[in-house]
Amino acid sequence: MIRLLEIEFIKLWNNRASKVLIISYFFILTSIALVAAIKFDIGPVKFHLAEIGIFNFPYIWHFNTFVTAFFKLFLAIVIVSMMSNEYSNKTIKQNLIDGLSKKEFILSKFLTVVSFSVISTVFVFLVSLILGLIYSDYDELSIIFSDLKFLAAFFFKLMGFFSFCLFLGILVKRSAFALGFLILWQIFEGITRGLIRWKLFDGDTTDAIMGFFPLQSMFNLIKEPFTRLEAVQTVADQVGESIKLNYHLHWYEFLIVIAWTAIFIYLSYALLKKRDL
Amino acid sequence: MSTILTVNNLTKKFGYLTAVKNLSFSIEKGNVYGILGPNGSGKSTTLGIVLNVVNKTSGNFYWFDGNTSTHQSLKKVGAIIERPNFYPYMTAVQNLKLVCKIKEVGTEKIDEKLELVGLLDRKHSKFSTYSLGMKQRLAIASALLNDPEILILDEPTNGLDPQGIHQIREIIKKIAAHGTTILLASHLLDEVEKVCSHVIILRKGEKLYSGPVDGMMASHGFFELKANDMEKLAQSLKTNEKFGNVKQENGLITAFPTEEMDAKSLNESLFKEGIVLSHLVKRKESLEEQFLTLTKNQSN
Repeated sequence: MIRLLEIEFIKLWNNRASKVLIISYFFILTSIALVAAIKFDIGPVKFHLAEIGIFNFPYIWHFNTFVTAFFKLFLAIVIVSMMSNEYSNKTIKQNLIDGLSKKEFILSKFLTVVSFSVISTVFVFLVSLILGLIYSDYDELSIIFSDLKFLAAFFFKLMGFFSFCLFLGILVKRSAFALGFLILWQIFEGITRGLIRWKLFDGDTTDAIMGFFPLQSMFNLIKEPFTRLEAVQTVADQVGESIKLNYHLHWYEFLIVIAWTAIFIYLSYALLKKRDL
Repeated sequence: MSTILTVNNLTKKFGYLTAVKNLSFSIEKGNVYGILGPNGSGKSTTLGIVLNVVNKTSGNFYWFDGNTSTHQSLKKVGAIIERPNFYPYMTAVQNLKLVCKIKEVGTEKIDEKLELVGLLDRKHSKFSTYSLGMKQRLAIASALLNDPEILILDEPTNGLDPQGIHQIREIIKKIAAHGTTILLASHLLDEVEKVCSHVIILRKGEKLYSGPVDGMMASHGFFELKANDMEKLAQSLKTNEKFGNVKQENGLITAFPTEEMDAKSLNESLFKEGIVLSHLVKRKESLEEQFLTLTKNQSN
């Protein structure tokens, strides 16, 4: 297993474009801390983002995992190109001839995906922990370490998404087209949602059905955190609107994402096995 | 003598095109094999199948004694198929280190092999900056990293300039001299003739011949003769029952003996008849001539 990771590390780290993207990704993950510095001070209006409670434990776990999950696109590019480059350079052929089995090849890619997800999760955990310790109004251990399930959701969300990218890379073999396909798929899910809602079911049923689609199921893992903010709730109350969003995590949502991950990896393997190179 | 590769009734179909048809052969340790055949005769497909990159339709093959999986066996094989495939953004050394990791061998032989193919001074250059000849040589170095039991080369001189072709041939000869088994696929017959002891001849996916180069045709070679009195010489040869076909071309008589005959005894007997030769050469048919005869016979 270490050997497979080493192989993939040599391939990635010597590629300047991948290296730059990976470094920028982690740099941006860190830079979420800069949000804390947002401060408006225009005469009577004083606004300090860090003070409206976004860095309070345990809310910070929710907020940070939700926001940083958007940056996964950086790594998506790296993953799609690390897969499709093997095809365009024909190095996949040479790898197999040199004695890597097809299973090992997929495994080495999957292990890389898992490592990216683990490292991102650890990174977000550390950044959030530090930010929270500085700005949070609550600092009891029991509160700090509650709601850590958002980190688990973050991990599975990334792993599922990256596995999807991996599969697209193998399926399409060209990085630009694979990324295009990803966007196309997002649009497809949007249109499907519209069609189901329009012709077939009511809102709740549509949401339930859409929860089985790959991208939507990944999105469902961490729901938007903004309406949870006390400040937002207060505003809503004032205009007579009550926002009731179920932001809890459900076990079946995890299960769907894990199932998609398994399907994508298996399909990648099946595709590679079936193809003549 | 131990067997390195055994292929039984291998068949590969691409749609309704049959690229390899019921092919069987085996590769023994210590020989230098050539796979011959025109373009599209199934050479590369066959190699692709035994190298785990093309799926077979039916039949089977196994490496060594058949007790290890194909990908484990391939770690003891060195192979280059068609074009050298490396990561263009990595240097020669980085690429070779990666190959070592895949083959699970140490990295200490990298310099030695780069020296062998004459790339040691360019080892820190990126692969993308190499010329085609250098890329091909790097591929050979990479295939040799594990000191393989067998080296498989598919069209190693394709697209190279004469100098590059010469370099590659010298390297192949050097390797063959070390006793490494080599399997060389090519449609360049003189290339195969220069280095191979055994040949497998394919045409349209079917095997026409496999065995030693010398045994390809039941032939005793031929004589090229010249004398002052050509008429008399031709007459004498045509009446001699030890000769089958006698041809006269460009002032040179070519005579094909029907049994084994050496130049000395022919010279002696002709001299007794009063014919003094000014030119006498005994030759074997070149591989090219044999190959063309063989493929022609089969198509009739």
